[in-house]
Amino acid sequence: MTDNTNMSVHVSAATEPLPQTKRDVIPLLLPVALALVMIPFIGSPSTWVTLTVASLAMGMMIFIMASGLTLVFGLMDVLNFGHGAFIAVGAYVATLVLAPMSGYVQADSLWLNLAALAPAALLSMAVSGALGLVFERVLILPVYGNHLKQILITMGGLIVAEQALYALWGPQRIPLPLPTSLRGSFIFGDIAIAKYRVLAMIVGLVVFGFILLVLNRTKIGLLIRAGVENREMVEALGYRIKRLFLGVFMVGSALAGLGGIMWALYREEVHASIGGELTVLIFIVIIIGGLGSIGGCFIGAILVAMVANYGGFLIPKLALVSNILLMVAILMWRPRGLYPVTNR
Amino acid sequence: MMILSGDPPRSRVLSLLLIVIVTLLALAPFLFPGAKAMNVATKICIFALLVASYDLLLGYTGTVSFAHTMFYGIGSYGVAIALYAMGPTWTAVATGIVIGLPLAALVALCIGLFSLRVQAIFFAMITLAVASAFQVLASQLSWLTGGDDGRSFRLPELLRPGTVIIPKDVFGFEFNGRTLTYYIVFVVAAALILTLLRIVNSPFGRVLQAVRENRFRAEALGYRTVFHLTWANVLAALVAACAGVLNALWLRYAGPETLSFTIMIDILLMVVIGGMGTMYGAIIGAAIFILAENYLQSLMGMASKATAGIPVLPDLLHPDRWLLWLGLLFIASVYFFPTGVVGKLRGKN
Repeated sequence: MTDNTNMSVHVSAATEPLPQTKRDVIPLLLPVALALVMIPFIGSPSTWVTLTVASLAMGMMIFIMASGLTLVFGLMDVLNFGHGAFIAVGAYVATLVLAPMSGYVQADSLWLNLAALAPAALLSMAVSGALGLVFERVLILPVYGNHLKQILITMGGLIVAEQALYALWGPQRIPLPLPTSLRGSFIFGDIAIAKYRVLAMIVGLVVFGFILLVLNRTKIGLLIRAGVENREMVEALGYRIKRLFLGVFMVGSALAGLGGIMWALYREEVHASIGGELTVLIFIVIIIGGLGSIGGCFIGAILVAMVANYGGFLIPKLALVSNILLMVAILMWRPRGLYPVTNR
Repeated sequence: MMILSGDPPRSRVLSLLLIVIVTLLALAPFLFPGAKAMNVATKICIFALLVASYDLLLGYTGTVSFAHTMFYGIGSYGVAIALYAMGPTWTAVATGIVIGLPLAALVALCIGLFSLRVQAIFFAMITLAVASAFQVLASQLSWLTGGDDGRSFRLPELLRPGTVIIPKDVFGFEFNGRTLTYYIVFVVAAALILTLLRIVNSPFGRVLQAVRENRFRAEALGYRTVFHLTWANVLAALVAACAGVLNALWLRYAGPETLSFTIMIDILLMVVIGGMGTMYGAIIGAAIFILAENYLQSLMGMASKATAGIPVLPDLLHPDRWLLWLGLLFIASVYFFPTGVVGKLRGKN
């Protein structure tokens, strides 16, 4: 979406408004169309609602994790194969807070539960953001502009981070129970909607709204969008884009950490391998969305989640490769993703 | 010189190291008859081949593929399924090879045509996605692949450990079916590595290196880079599938772990530590890595016990954490000696 929301620039002398780029709505309609098409196949409306809500919740979580990665690539042409490390670190740090606060977690009050979850999420974001700082300075800074080395170095970072997590927390899976008031479902007639999914959707929408607000309404956002489109020009105008990039990288890592704790609560367990597992999914999402595009990433995440959920319900065997098929289909239609932003 | 395709090691230390490794491997059944040592020796042969084929892609064309274990797995499964379904005959081995290798080549061709036109980074992501889908497929199609248990099978009569070919009283050493299997692995691996060396030193290999250095310029000179890259991808896949066949024959088993991402990471570590863009690096890298995997762990176990009482340190030195240290070594080698052990040794002379 970064490419088609124009700043309303009015030059006083000009009588007619500057030409606007056309809004490209077809990708926006894709998830809606997909959801509607699925109604007759699924049959029961209540199942359809449950599946759709599940896809939206899953999509939001994936979006939170993927958003940083796509901006990082768009801005500096850096593809971080170690992004999964931040997800795993976020999930582990959450256990540090949630385990001592288990009294709050098990209390049957939404506010007490949230009082435990909020500091856990904040600490996760802080730690993974700080790790992002280290990662960028130590690993990525020396290899700017060299894709091969970037891939290798960030892979190495992922290996080391994963092994360090095993060393510190042990190789076993750590159970992370959902807080009491987030268990179970809201029941409307014969439609059941899991409470945690509603929370995930709210958080996802808030994050999405916040990112859009920053990108479209602040000077930093303007610089980021300009940097994604043409880095040299922004540098030539005197902005230190590397510092901007460091900021984006840290925020992206922090969001990955937030995604990590949300995913861990969704699965109700923590394990260092989630980083590696989710990396594949996240890559598919950002490729589908178009590297560098936040809006594309959002739609891509929801599409991937929908295909996984509907596919898993209708043809379980196919669900395993559904993501790949989706990616192939989208790339056939638009070879550079839904919203091609960068000219790379 | 002919056999090395005019590309000798070009370093005295490196030559010496290679001669030592190859001699030890060639004489392994006589020098180290133990089961563990033989497994290590075979693994070094198989991985040297697998890493060499990966180096054709990574080192010579600069493309990062994460689907290499997929081809390795196709080769493994091809032979395993054929031997499992058709019984322990040579026809079954041949069938497995005749089905497995072309299948690997075909898949590589499809991936190449679909995604090698775009940037290296895109190719890396797409291969990662395809490989993970394939891994899931292999563990789910249990009627064919045996699911998570994989397929164990019996080898043809001649290759079984019970078959004595030269009895012990002739040379003071029993040459049995297992020893023969080892030599098949050794000879095929050596032959294929020499073939790869021939390929990278051919005009075709020169074009690959040109593409690595500057794709745009190579294209401007009139080379069809997509054609060359796709060919390199197919060749690498074929050799990887051969390594898979050898692995299945040695283990008498093929399972989903041959496809796992862990092995992919191992290969990456071996290529980079050994030295990208040099076929000799594959041999050195595989030898260092597999020796470390098998013997560094016991060393770390001792270190871990020695440091008991100090917080965190024993956990960091725990034998299962050996990959942590190799990961650090990997990062260090990408920075400080990007040409790996081989490049370092060559640089000195």
